[in-house]
Amino acid sequence: MTRQEYNITAYTENQIGLLNRIAIIFSRRKINIESLNTSPSEIEGIHRFNIVIHETEDVVRKIAKQIEKQVEVLKVYFNTNQEVIWQEMALYKVPTDVIAEKASVERLLREHGARAVVIRKDYTVFETTGHREETDTLIKVLQPYGLIEFVRSARIAIIKHSDGFNRKLREFERTEPGSEVVENEFLNNRDEVFSM
Amino acid sequence: MLTQEKTTQLAPETALQTMSGAEMTLRALLAEGVDTVFGYPGGAIIPIYDALYDFQQELNHVLVRHEQGGIHAAQGYARASGKVGVVFATSGPGATNLVTGLADAQIDSTPLVCITGQVFAHLLGTDAFQETDIINITTPVTKWNFQVTEASQLPEALAKAFYIARSGRPGPVLIDITKNAQLQKHDFAEYKPCNHIRSYRPAPIVRPEYVAQAAELINQARRPFVLWGQGVTLGKAEAEFRAFVEKSGIPAAWTILGAGALPTEHPLNVGMLGMHGNYGPNVLTNECDVLIAIGMRFDDRVTGRLDKYAKQAQVIHLDIDPTEIDKNVAATVPVWGDCKETLPMLTELIEAKTHPEWRQRFEQYQAEEVAAVIQDELFPTSDELTMGEVIQQLNELTHGEAIVVTDVGQHQMVACRYAKFNHARSNITSGGLGTMGFALPAAIGAKFGRPDRPVVAIIGDGGIQMTIQELGTIMQTGVEVKIIILNNQFLGMVRQWQELFHERRYSFVNIASPDYVTVASGYSIAGKRVSERGELKSSLQEMLQHPGSFLLEVMVTRENNIFPMVPQGCSVSEIRLR
Repeated sequence: MTRQEYNITAYTENQIGLLNRIAIIFSRRKINIESLNTSPSEIEGIHRFNIVIHETEDVVRKIAKQIEKQVEVLKVYFNTNQEVIWQEMALYKVPTDVIAEKASVERLLREHGARAVVIRKDYTVFETTGHREETDTLIKVLQPYGLIEFVRSARIAIIKHSDGFNRKLREFERTEPGSEVVENEFLNNRDEVFSM
Repeated sequence: MLTQEKTTQLAPETALQTMSGAEMTLRALLAEGVDTVFGYPGGAIIPIYDALYDFQQELNHVLVRHEQGGIHAAQGYARASGKVGVVFATSGPGATNLVTGLADAQIDSTPLVCITGQVFAHLLGTDAFQETDIINITTPVTKWNFQVTEASQLPEALAKAFYIARSGRPGPVLIDITKNAQLQKHDFAEYKPCNHIRSYRPAPIVRPEYVAQAAELINQARRPFVLWGQGVTLGKAEAEFRAFVEKSGIPAAWTILGAGALPTEHPLNVGMLGMHGNYGPNVLTNECDVLIAIGMRFDDRVTGRLDKYAKQAQVIHLDIDPTEIDKNVAATVPVWGDCKETLPMLTELIEAKTHPEWRQRFEQYQAEEVAAVIQDELFPTSDELTMGEVIQQLNELTHGEAIVVTDVGQHQMVACRYAKFNHARSNITSGGLGTMGFALPAAIGAKFGRPDRPVVAIIGDGGIQMTIQELGTIMQTGVEVKIIILNNQFLGMVRQWQELFHERRYSFVNIASPDYVTVASGYSIAGKRVSERGELKSSLQEMLQHPGSFLLEVMVTRENNIFPMVPQGCSVSEIRLR
């Protein structure tokens, strides 16, 4: 099995301590988290984690199950990069005088889909959003102009083949899940999705 | 003193009352049906102990000698009775002393609710006296934990704690209550037990199509083999399991935590799995065509080398915890769900068979094992006593009716291999974690959980010295526990490994013991030491007939090895008889 980037999406209750509970599932297996983002989801009180790791499918599947097993986790999905729409945001701080003097700022912005967030006398902050290689390219471009500071956000991702979480949540809120509840539309396709 | 099972039920508190968080906690326990609590007081939990002063009629509190003893006792109580074990401990060192027991309960799926005191909420994070971040310390070893900082949070937190601990795959839960929350007064109406948490699915929905696929595989199988674990007992599915096994005629072997779900003497019970299990079940795992795993998790001590484990077999795995399916062994058919529900569905769909030739294979291997190992272990001709003959004599006197609680090591393997069990919840041992020091407190807890059954603790000379202080708990409560110390004057299991795999370099396994009979006498516990075969049976009889606890030290062969053995890194087919 080959290792590749996987995007783990977890829907959870908004509970103190849950981040630690999820993080130790990775650390006990000596797996490095490449990127982690947590934010409120579209549903009141439910948070969404986006976690990126570099692993084999077999390991990711087991980890996803172990995360979903936690009491305060509602649902976990895992997907390769091809199965998600994903973005990272980056900010670049460069000296205003250098960039204004030496670079064709407008062209630079257009070429990289970037925009100026702040322009001050002493420095300018650009922002761009995209895949890793896109944000990396702009670092290389700005390096000769005296790049002062750079920061990149965690990855956020939307799963291409999902019908949203709203419907699933309604099932979770039923106190007595009956046999007619279709929790897993991929029932006979265990390799794609698992469900509790 | 031991009290009879409580029948007193407090009148439901329908009217709104104002009471302290501490009293709310105790009322919640009573509403959850708790009758016994094991604990040790301290500064941060004084308000709860203060409230307990007024609840002594309703709640039997057992004062232990160390919090680790408290939690192991709660484990023994839970494992023997099937109820949730409850522990009280104070903050800081009191709480950290629970960690080993939590890890043990987590890996062996034991339902526990641990209540720890915590410093005042305004002191959290200031390194206050006896403050530890017990929530973060215990996160990896609890099914769920929660810190309560306001009395108003208590009823819901405790209701969730009991629901989570006992539902689905059981496990330990810890509720940390700051001192201000214990002292705070709050309105308390009727306690509402919890039966649903939005994000928590205790049991997966059963898929009938998987059950049907499993039945089809079983019906086509020519050499099917059942492996069962504690899941059968945790699911209270002993009768359903027996019906399945008897209709299918499939030989069945057990993990050490599964022991007793099918009586030892049952003709389809072919013995113990794993590193020190029986010869046939291990070898034939690699010859069966369909492997049916029920409520077990393919622990490494059961499977040996995974890449050479049951590769020829189609695997049916019944488990309530979807995480366990495909974790170590890939399942051909995953039967998610509580086996109490899935087993009858399966039994209905299978054909009645007897598999006589296949079963005979197990008998042949059993005969080989008797000749090579068992005969000498149970009926030795040497001068020295063996651990096996002690268990054999005990069987003859208790007839498989006793609860046997074991510690960890050689004596544990001998007891699990040779003790007779007629009932489930009779073999209480630390399986997954292998916690030395488990047996003495767990036996105390087991007796509180099942006062109607004799409880025998079988302990090595290493393990007894890890929690020997709990003799004080026996002394103070008068609980009746029969203690057998199998003394080989070594840390026997480590010594065995050093002999077999480290050229007999016996590094620090030569452990000295105190005079246990004198120590017991200091705690007002009767005792005796035996080293002669002629005295063994009568001494065991004396121990069992003695009114109250009794400590029997049996001096056994110093350098005896436990066989059969699947050496580490070997496959189950490579099991050694000597």
